[in-house]
Amino acid sequence: MATELVQRKPTPAAPAAAGRSRLREDLIGWSFAAPFVILFGIFLAGPILASFVLSFTSFGLRDLTNPIGTTFVGLQNYIELLGDEKFRKSLLNTAYFVVVGVPLTLILGLLIANALNRGVNKFKTFFRVGYYIPVITSIVAIAVIWRFLLNPDVGLINITLERFGIAGPNWLGDPVLAMPSIIAMAVWRGLGFTMIVFLAGLQSIPTSLYEAASIDGATRWQAFRHVTVPMLRPTILFLTVITTIGYLQLFEEPFVMTGGGPLDSTLSISMYMYQEGFAFFHQGYAAAIAYVLFLLVALVALIQFRLIRSEA
Amino acid sequence: MSAVPGSDRLPAGLGTASAARGKSRGKPGTSTNWLLYALLFLGIVLVVGPFLWMLLGAFKPQAEFLRNPPTFLPDAPTLDNYQRLVERLDFPRFFFNSTVVAAAVTVGNLIFTPMLGYALAKLRWRGKGIVLAVVLATLMVPAGVTLIPNFVLMSSLDLVNTYPGLILPFLAGPFGVFLMRQFMQGVPDELLEAARIDGAGEWRTFWSVVMPLATPVLATLGILTFLGSWNGFLYPLIMATEPQMYTLPVALATFATGQFQADHGMLMAGSVILVVPVLIVFILFQRWITEGIATTGLKG
Repeated sequence: MATELVQRKPTPAAPAAAGRSRLREDLIGWSFAAPFVILFGIFLAGPILASFVLSFTSFGLRDLTNPIGTTFVGLQNYIELLGDEKFRKSLLNTAYFVVVGVPLTLILGLLIANALNRGVNKFKTFFRVGYYIPVITSIVAIAVIWRFLLNPDVGLINITLERFGIAGPNWLGDPVLAMPSIIAMAVWRGLGFTMIVFLAGLQSIPTSLYEAASIDGATRWQAFRHVTVPMLRPTILFLTVITTIGYLQLFEEPFVMTGGGPLDSTLSISMYMYQEGFAFFHQGYAAAIAYVLFLLVALVALIQFRLIRSEA
Repeated sequence: MSAVPGSDRLPAGLGTASAARGKSRGKPGTSTNWLLYALLFLGIVLVVGPFLWMLLGAFKPQAEFLRNPPTFLPDAPTLDNYQRLVERLDFPRFFFNSTVVAAAVTVGNLIFTPMLGYALAKLRWRGKGIVLAVVLATLMVPAGVTLIPNFVLMSSLDLVNTYPGLILPFLAGPFGVFLMRQFMQGVPDELLEAARIDGAGEWRTFWSVVMPLATPVLATLGILTFLGSWNGFLYPLIMATEPQMYTLPVALATFATGQFQADHGMLMAGSVILVVPVLIVFILFQRWITEGIATTGLKG
């Protein structure tokens, strides 16, 4: 014991030895980290910065052969975006999709999770798997299937409506109905995910809280409103952030189902970025659009975290 | 306010756990319960129905799609749709491309992310804090942001329309690091100490002690990574412009928006080829997927 204490006292030789072992630790640490960090730097972190730089250039098809030789145009891309009618439209469409789609996806997911958590003992796995199937399925395939279901002439939805004497509209061909149709499909696809996460959240709520509520004479609704919802606050926050960030990047659905039409009514930010960057090869301009989307995502995450923290 | 929790005043599903335990479980088959099952089954029909429609539609000849009232089961089942996918559109090639890309991306993530996760959770090294902060900060960056520079990079390296071009940018995913670091933090230090005392170096400890322990998390990460890559669209859409490099989603979307957009049978068959392997993986491994998501998502 005593000798150990003595040995730990710094002797003249110790700092050099400590430095060497520190270096050894660094080497070991970095040998584990390096493969990931290198790939990450080249293909993720680097491009995030490069995208920012690109957004201040007039990068186009000709610059692909000599990327360094592109022309800097300062804030011109961003100034142009401010006056770009089509960009404004894509912002509004995306906002519409998020503002309607996110709450619906959360509410339906919570209702199903709550139903599964309480009254249902049989077929629980069956229900969980069933509702989750669309989540793990390619959005492209789902969009192809839904486009067919929504087909005005041969689609199952309109044929069913016809049975009840209702003449079904041209869902995806109508500027007013196209976005709601896409929202319906996104909610249908997304509720399995919110359900699974809510289910885990519900299972972590102590039963004693419900027993106490029940002793106090609370109705089911009161218990749901005053026990379940407050206890689920972190889950709700998490799902709101994740779903909003996902929905802000709306792309596959309009790409396959409407091409952004009719009359740009389903043109999303990502769709517009794709068109500018890879149909017209205005890649500098497209990078500016991508950065606006990036800022929106960051802003949403920030606002929502703040909101919940101030409420809590 | 009634003394008894109002079990019949509200739509099924809005009740509480205690109500469920006290009432429904004691008396299975009460009216609320039946209603609940009925609603949940209706929901399942609405969710699974379109997939059933796709599966059946893939066996219908084109003429049958135009019939009103429509047939539910194929009237004259045919493999014609699949035959055209193979003979005219080279779907086996797209299937192969999707498999190669998804497999390579999965293997890469299963090697690189546990290594960094271990270093972040269990080793002391300078730069660790910055690496952790930067990697986690990119967890939510939209894919569109890195798209254009990666395209420019791949063009200058002549890697557009190649497998490396489709694979490299996905080998190191931040999500895997997040997941693995979380798991590694839970590995007891005593276990690592024991291995070190036995004379194992850091690499031996990692490969023969830590990695075997991580098998369940690795399974979850592997399945999620594979599915993510298999279903990926935006990036392969710009990086695979020549048909022989198409992945399945790119091929399906291209044909669905191009000259084959009214060929419902063939598009349904194409969707089947894209969806069914995923369904099989999911049904076999659903516990890993749903429980992995629920726990990692929440405790993050």
